[in-house]
Amino acid sequence: MNLHEYQAKELLKKFGVRVQEGIVATTPEEAVEAAKKLQELTGTQVWVIKAQIHAGGRGKAGGVKVAKSLEEVYEIAKELIGKVLVTPQTGPQGKKVRKVLVAQDVYYPGPEERHEYYLSMLVDREKETVAVIYSLEGGVDIEEVAEKSPDKIFTEHAHPTIGLLPFQARRIAFNLGLKGQAFKDMVKIVQGLYKAFTSLDASLIEINPLLKASDGKMIAVDAKMQIDDNALFRHPDIAEMRDIEEEDPAEVIASKYGLSFVKLDGFVGCMVNGAGLAMATMDLIKYHGGEPANFLDVGGKATPETVKIGFELILRDPNVKSILVNIFGGIVRGDRVAKGIVQAVEEMGGLPVPLVVRLQGTNADLARKIIEESGLDVHYTTGFDEAAKLAVELAKKSG
Amino acid sequence: MAILLTKENKVIVQGFTGKEGTFHSQQMIEYGTNLVGGVTPGKGGTKHLDRPVFNTVKEAVEETGADTSVIFVPPPFAADAIMEAADAGIQLIIAITEGIPVQDMVKAKKYVKEKGVRLIGPNCPGVITPGQAKAGIMPGFIHKPGTVGIVSRSGTLTYEAVHQVGEQGLGQSTCVGIGGDPIIGTRMVEVIEMFNEDPDTEIIVMIGEIGGQGEIEAGEWIKENAKKPVVAFIAGATAPKGKRMGHAGAIIGGKLDTAQAKMEFLRSCGVHVVENPARIGAKVKEVLGK
Repeated sequence: MNLHEYQAKELLKKFGVRVQEGIVATTPEEAVEAAKKLQELTGTQVWVIKAQIHAGGRGKAGGVKVAKSLEEVYEIAKELIGKVLVTPQTGPQGKKVRKVLVAQDVYYPGPEERHEYYLSMLVDREKETVAVIYSLEGGVDIEEVAEKSPDKIFTEHAHPTIGLLPFQARRIAFNLGLKGQAFKDMVKIVQGLYKAFTSLDASLIEINPLLKASDGKMIAVDAKMQIDDNALFRHPDIAEMRDIEEEDPAEVIASKYGLSFVKLDGFVGCMVNGAGLAMATMDLIKYHGGEPANFLDVGGKATPETVKIGFELILRDPNVKSILVNIFGGIVRGDRVAKGIVQAVEEMGGLPVPLVVRLQGTNADLARKIIEESGLDVHYTTGFDEAAKLAVELAKKSG
Repeated sequence: MAILLTKENKVIVQGFTGKEGTFHSQQMIEYGTNLVGGVTPGKGGTKHLDRPVFNTVKEAVEETGADTSVIFVPPPFAADAIMEAADAGIQLIIAITEGIPVQDMVKAKKYVKEKGVRLIGPNCPGVITPGQAKAGIMPGFIHKPGTVGIVSRSGTLTYEAVHQVGEQGLGQSTCVGIGGDPIIGTRMVEVIEMFNEDPDTEIIVMIGEIGGQGEIEAGEWIKENAKKPVVAFIAGATAPKGKRMGHAGAIIGGKLDTAQAKMEFLRSCGVHVVENPARIGAKVKEVLGK
């Protein structure tokens, strides 16, 4: 589950991480109120208005702006709220801004030289433990840094059971060449971040930039945070922070019924049991000259209800020209699935596009009989290759 | 011989009396698995499916001599169940449970490693040695004894591969589902090493996916050490690039984390890569015929 910047910062503050203070707003009026309050709290004379969406790259896309007066706060908030931001991480359709964070200015003048660092944590699947990734090159496109000069990216691995030790936090701070207040702050931030990571079952925390301000204080200017969905059962308070508006509506419906759905740009819809077979089915559609319109894993329960929901999800997309159902019956019996398909198609009064059904495995023969006797216009086959080829052909014909 | 599992293994089930545990235990017994009992805390002393139920794995091991455990315990308690099995002296743990928090697995993996115990999974279909025993949830009847060793990260895609191998008139020595989670007990390369040493295995089929470096690691090993041909398919060539937040995953994921890159790399290691997932069986036949 993804969190917004303002939510991540609230959480991190509880773990002793100093963050750029801010107040969230959903209207320009609220933004002005937030700015006034922030001025009282922090004395800031300048505000940064930051679009709150679940994607990075907001700055370059015009989603982060500086306001020097309350009038400007109002104008910028008005401009940003409701705007669709397109960043490299949103996809071409972009994401609509529904909230802005009115934040304090932390780039104030002072005796020390400012610097932006990069700091993140995630579970490293190869090393099988939590990795701390950090760099002197913060505030920029860190993926580019990693590609062009990987020697500028450092990693520290926590012990799987003992955790991240104090000497490791110090090593990170020394390695970044920090001294005095900044050194102390950095050690505290690394330890606080690790504590937050493990206590909250995070799968990612990324601070970019982590700013050394002109008074030597280290401040998390941005925060991205992802929580392990499988661990939400022990964090009901965080589960409440879920912002469904940020998610694809079709994916939200799917997850409600225990299905896994991802919309794609192709024209052959598919419904499969199991993620691996679903990916292989998409690959095979492509192999035969088609383009998959979606990923849909119906899991172990292809009941009439889930099959119907599946068809409806696929058919929300007007580009879909045919549908391929590929179920390998294991524990799910083929005849049950066949009945589910027949019932769903009947309830929907037939499908507007050709349907190819491939059922294999347990009770495949019975399944064929059920589909054939239903009298429905369904192309039935037991061959994987054949089914994909047929679905692509039919799509091209009907397209 | 086969690998990991034979009819000699004494198997218990953790989460024995639950719905999943009951259904699959029955299936395993019918397949011929030497299932000697099960564990459900609080139900010790009773009988289930005509087998004894124990409160702890330790008791189960002491009473039945069990060496293998199949875990169906729900996700919040599954990592604990894995560690309990390792502590009790179980040698082979097969964790079927899907949805275990990843940070629980960080600890459980370290724990079993230190105990020197073999863990398969979690979030996997299990292990089957056709004609001998199955410890998992795969449909037994699609498998036939033979000489093709199959290792896979997926569930139903493995069944598909098994089915295709069967259509060619071939059978399997052992099929191992290593699971699709970020942290798994046994990596792909470890299973390939076992197949490489197994006299009953003539050819190895490896079914990979996007995500992680497991297939790359396997390819590197195969290039230097494999005595047997390896056929591979990597799923996910058309999978969307994940809508993501942040960059840390991309930094650490490396450049070889796409289906295309993995297939290309495996080819350079001498692996027989198929791009059409419907041709896995045919490829095995072809390579064996050479």
